[in-house]
Amino acid sequence: MKVKTFAELQSEGVTPELLFWVGCAGSFDSRSQKISKKLVEILDEAAIPFAILGNEEMCTGDPARRAGNEFVFQMLALQNIQTLNGYGVQKIVTTCPHCFNTLKNEYPELGGHYEVIHHSQLLKKLLEEGRIKVRGDVFKGKKITYHDSCYLGRANNIYEAPRDVLEHLDNEIVEMQRSRNCGLCCGAGGAQMFKEDEPGDKRINAERADEALGTGAEIVAVNCPFCLTMLGDGLKEKDEKVMVFDISELILQDKT
Amino acid sequence: MEIGQIIFLIVLIAVAFLAIKLYGRVFRNIRLGRSEIINDQKSKRWKNVLLVAFGQKKMFKRIVPALLHFFIYTAFLLTQVELIEIIIDGIMGKHRVLANPLGGFYTFIIGMIEVLSLLALVATIVFVIRRVILKLKRFHSIEMKGWPTKDALIILAGEFLLIAAIFTMNGSDVLLQGMDPEHYPSTGVLPVSNWLGPAMFGNLSYESLVMLERIGWWGHIVVVFGFILYLPISKHLHIFLAFPNTWYARLEPKGEIQNMPEVMNEVKSMLGLTEENSGMDESIGDLPEFGAKDVTGLSWKNIMDAYACTECGRCTSECPANITGKKLSPRKIMMDVRDRAEEIGKTLDQNKSNVSLAEFDDGKTLFDRITREELHACTTCNACVEACPVLINPLDIILQMRRYEILTESSGPGDWMPMFNSLENTGAVWQVPEERDAWSK
Repeated sequence: MKVKTFAELQSEGVTPELLFWVGCAGSFDSRSQKISKKLVEILDEAAIPFAILGNEEMCTGDPARRAGNEFVFQMLALQNIQTLNGYGVQKIVTTCPHCFNTLKNEYPELGGHYEVIHHSQLLKKLLEEGRIKVRGDVFKGKKITYHDSCYLGRANNIYEAPRDVLEHLDNEIVEMQRSRNCGLCCGAGGAQMFKEDEPGDKRINAERADEALGTGAEIVAVNCPFCLTMLGDGLKEKDEKVMVFDISELILQDKT
Repeated sequence: MEIGQIIFLIVLIAVAFLAIKLYGRVFRNIRLGRSEIINDQKSKRWKNVLLVAFGQKKMFKRIVPALLHFFIYTAFLLTQVELIEIIIDGIMGKHRVLANPLGGFYTFIIGMIEVLSLLALVATIVFVIRRVILKLKRFHSIEMKGWPTKDALIILAGEFLLIAAIFTMNGSDVLLQGMDPEHYPSTGVLPVSNWLGPAMFGNLSYESLVMLERIGWWGHIVVVFGFILYLPISKHLHIFLAFPNTWYARLEPKGEIQNMPEVMNEVKSMLGLTEENSGMDESIGDLPEFGAKDVTGLSWKNIMDAYACTECGRCTSECPANITGKKLSPRKIMMDVRDRAEEIGKTLDQNKSNVSLAEFDDGKTLFDRITREELHACTTCNACVEACPVLINPLDIILQMRRYEILTESSGPGDWMPMFNSLENTGAVWQVPEERDAWSK
């Protein structure tokens, strides 16, 4: 796989219309890297010219800001905005709802104005326009439940786009009791991903995993790399058979 | 002037005087917070007031309490008409002054009040059952021990008294209308009192009925006055504050955290992003305090949120941290903010020596009430914000206190330090040796 960076394309005299914002999870977490690759496959299949920032990309600052460290957030955000504005980036797609939220809602006040979409919105559009098609039937006949991430859901009121994407599959889709604006967090947000839990009776991801298992679904669909990790861990402790996938992996299926 | 009129006037003036004092205190306490101008997008704000406060839109996420609450709420709204009449009657020494001028409409209004009062009675009974017998979990968390539970029961008892007074007043009045139509103008046929009155008081003498009617009438107004004076110390203040609170609620997407321009400007100059002579503050003063350690560091809106909270606990029952047994309870955050604002208010009232708020120091902070463990348990998932029927935002307070802890105290969970270091040094949330685009190669 070869993905070009903005710097490379600029030296060739090309400015792509779309930036794929990979994010820290998509760049470094081995499970989430697969989703980054999926999105590249999707963009290639739909023949959408795009590029990444490569080593010029930094964390958006989401976990720092939510932990309370506004200094670190501002440092990252202002540097990212300098890079983005330097390349004249106008449109961004990302697979991470946290990056999505920060780029879309928090960068404008710092001088970064972009059209930001989450990959579930892009997938919905491409499927509806027939520019990509569901590939494979690995998951045929399996029941799917969809977990709303907080940062796509409550934070930005996007509940339907990921569900519309899943509608393109043959599978039966079942809802958990707490869904849409009542969806239960996976436990990772607010920089919880990077620290131990506070003392309690149960881990939040275990609570959510139990709820997902309660639906009888064999697949849990998510839209966020952190939900993916959290629910994956939660389910691993309960039932080996239930798998967690990003919605992009369900659309472009493979046997790995 | 009759003796009743004189007593009524004295009571009315005393209540007005006390109310101004007590509500003035609440207003002063809300203004302990830092100033924040909230004035934009007025049409959206009015829409929130109409849908969320008047229309109770968010209450209806839970249909049973929503319906029961709706009965009490509409009964409350409509009873205002009756109250206006009682006050006019009280001052002028008249009886049911609106009955003749309004005619059939009067019968309709009083009839509606009766029907709604009956429904409100059912609701009040169910609410007591839910609290005392069924012991619903959200009414029995740690923060509900003691005063908050007592407060809720006092209000419910007040509702019983009020409804009893209304039916005593109307029931005896209906009978008196037949005996002495000169003094007791016809109210038309009332849906409850026209059968309840004769059934309960049918064999009483004229004198007893006159007495009973006065007991009902005075009982009604005294309970209302009692409510007015009690609300400033009660969770029940939401019946007034829900309206301004929905108007002033945040309109930005829930995921957006408020920017800190003071930090942004400093970082900009550090990164060399500001133009020369851009008017950066060169003076070396005290180190600024970031975030909030006390209610005085919060916005006045955060404090109004706290006074608007009726402690229903929907936020806490949806909080992922609380559900899994962590100490964090968004409702407790709101109760703590109100208690702390009250505490500062009381201290200010006791030392009338004109201590300015900037110099105010009683050696306590909001951190004495809200522990770090609670703050550290929040996942910023916005479930509490979404759940609140009057658009209170506990998350905003948690974030401001986290900012104080990290930026001003330079402390916080130890686990976060490697993350901050990694973010500062490598721009990635994890310290990893590989290149950022290695996955694509």
